[in-house]
Amino acid sequence: MTTSSTRLPSTARRGQASRFARILVVVLIMALLLIFFVLPVIWLVLAPTKTAGELLSQSPLSFGAFSNVGMAWSHLVSFQNGILFVWLKNSAIYSGGSLVLTLATSIPAGYALALTRFRGRKILLTITLLVMIMPSASLVLPLFLELNLFGLIGTAWSIILPFSFFPFGVYLVYIYFATSLPSEMLEAARIDGASEWQLFARIALPLAKPVIALVAFFSFVGNWNNFFLPYLVLPSSDQFPIQVGLNQLLSSTPSFNPVAGAGLNIQSPELALSIIIAILPVLVVFLFSQRALVSGMLAGSTKG
Amino acid sequence: MTALNGGGRLTAPAAPSPARRRTPRRRAGLAGYLFVAGYAILLLAFGIFPTVYAIYLALTNDRGQFTGLNQFVKVVQDYRFGPAFTNILIYLVMWLVILVVLTVVVAVILRSRMKPGLSSIFRFLFYIPGALAGVASVLVWLFMLDPGVSPASGLVNALGFGTFSQVIAPQNLPVIFVLIAFWTGAGGWIVVMYGALNNIPDEILEAARMDGAGPWKSAWFIQIPMISKWIAYMTILAFAAGTQLFVEPQLLQSASLGRLNPTWSPNQLAYVLAFQFGDFNGAAAVSIFLLVIGLVGAGILVTRSGLFKADTE
Repeated sequence: MTTSSTRLPSTARRGQASRFARILVVVLIMALLLIFFVLPVIWLVLAPTKTAGELLSQSPLSFGAFSNVGMAWSHLVSFQNGILFVWLKNSAIYSGGSLVLTLATSIPAGYALALTRFRGRKILLTITLLVMIMPSASLVLPLFLELNLFGLIGTAWSIILPFSFFPFGVYLVYIYFATSLPSEMLEAARIDGASEWQLFARIALPLAKPVIALVAFFSFVGNWNNFFLPYLVLPSSDQFPIQVGLNQLLSSTPSFNPVAGAGLNIQSPELALSIIIAILPVLVVFLFSQRALVSGMLAGSTKG
Repeated sequence: MTALNGGGRLTAPAAPSPARRRTPRRRAGLAGYLFVAGYAILLLAFGIFPTVYAIYLALTNDRGQFTGLNQFVKVVQDYRFGPAFTNILIYLVMWLVILVVLTVVVAVILRSRMKPGLSSIFRFLFYIPGALAGVASVLVWLFMLDPGVSPASGLVNALGFGTFSQVIAPQNLPVIFVLIAFWTGAGGWIVVMYGALNNIPDEILEAARMDGAGPWKSAWFIQIPMISKWIAYMTILAFAAGTQLFVEPQLLQSASLGRLNPTWSPNQLAYVLAFQFGDFNGAAAVSIFLLVIGLVGAGILVTRSGLFKADTE
């Protein structure tokens, strides 16, 4: 105990050193992750500015010329008489239609599961969790047979309706309302004579903006990027969404030779450009969703 | 329907602790039904019905005759079954550990150790690859793993891989799929975790600071426990998504011009059974295995994480 006075400065120094080490670890983690996430994106954006040969010979992160982008673009557009635009339109119809249906069903359902009490609520919640956890791809084959049974194969509904079923969204809404909206608030409004619909529309919905943004972008991104179901359910190329189209673009490119990836290079500028075009809508949606998400969450936490 | 019984048991531990007492109102009950009606219809049509149909297919043969567990025995004895499930298990362990640790650590750093403006730039940059999930991300990573064009060709070479075909050797596949999954999936989860951290009232963290807790103590004892529900939720979904790995091994397999195993993952096995051998019943049996694994994993997470704590009766 008598040595404690001499120990103090050294522990302080050690504290300072370990704090420095911690900051170093934080900086290192963030820097490595930043490179990991961003480098492929930068490469992808730069790839269409180079010819396939330049991609191999020049530095991976160099800029080629804008004229090469135009060249790749004209190659892409002329592919099967501009079917690229048909694929994009199809993706918009499938993702947009199912987004509307998902929001219309999952927001009220999540609210009811969190803040109203009805017989069967617990079973519905449990089934929701279970179906949500179930690998959805394991249902693709039975879904295909089911859609076939009802004569929906090859129609837009065969994609939109299964996409609209989004238990993940219901559970996100449920969790949000269960943790963020005190039921005392609803109880008070009930005593004041508000109807159940008014409780939902006037109190819950305005508070739900962050979770609506969350559900919307998870639904839209997931559906826009979905490949397996449309791949099985849609027979003809002019019904494909862009993801299945991307696959067709690859496999029907005459010069595409997948051996050891070497053949990829022949068409890589066009491929890179088609990837960028395919993901642009998702990127735009995310820009809006993130702003709504962050500001909504911040507003929610300061208010209550 | 065993699935439902299992689920019912899972929620039981949370039931005996009603935090709030409230008399249920008939009016609210009726409204509840109306609010969930649209979702319930979709659930029946595209959740329950296909599941029951898969179970029916797995218990019958191609002439619709009841065959008991014969389909299950048949697929388990298939020489491709064991390797496919071993592959996916190795992948899942690596993927879940890396996802949970890094996502939570990064979200805490972004929330507590960084200025809000910088943090939002980071979140945006981390999320961007999420827009490429699916076919696009696999294509990008075919380029990234090709020493000929990759911006990280130095690293690829340093690891001892001179050509693309050396990179996509079978023993490297789990790591490659973890890279793709993390690249496209982690950013979205970081945004969600950050949002959950943002929902913690400032007063709680302020109180902890007054009590002498540093940022790491607050993170470990306050922030992470308060978002544990979201962490469990992320783990469950990542687990489910992981078991259904299909597009990645499928595209990589075709890019290797058939040198890779076409039944690397269980879903590929189900796909090959159904569309190359016309064996829908066997494919359904493989699907049921995946389904049961998902349920067991979810059950463990649900009972350990207290995911149902907010579920007051």
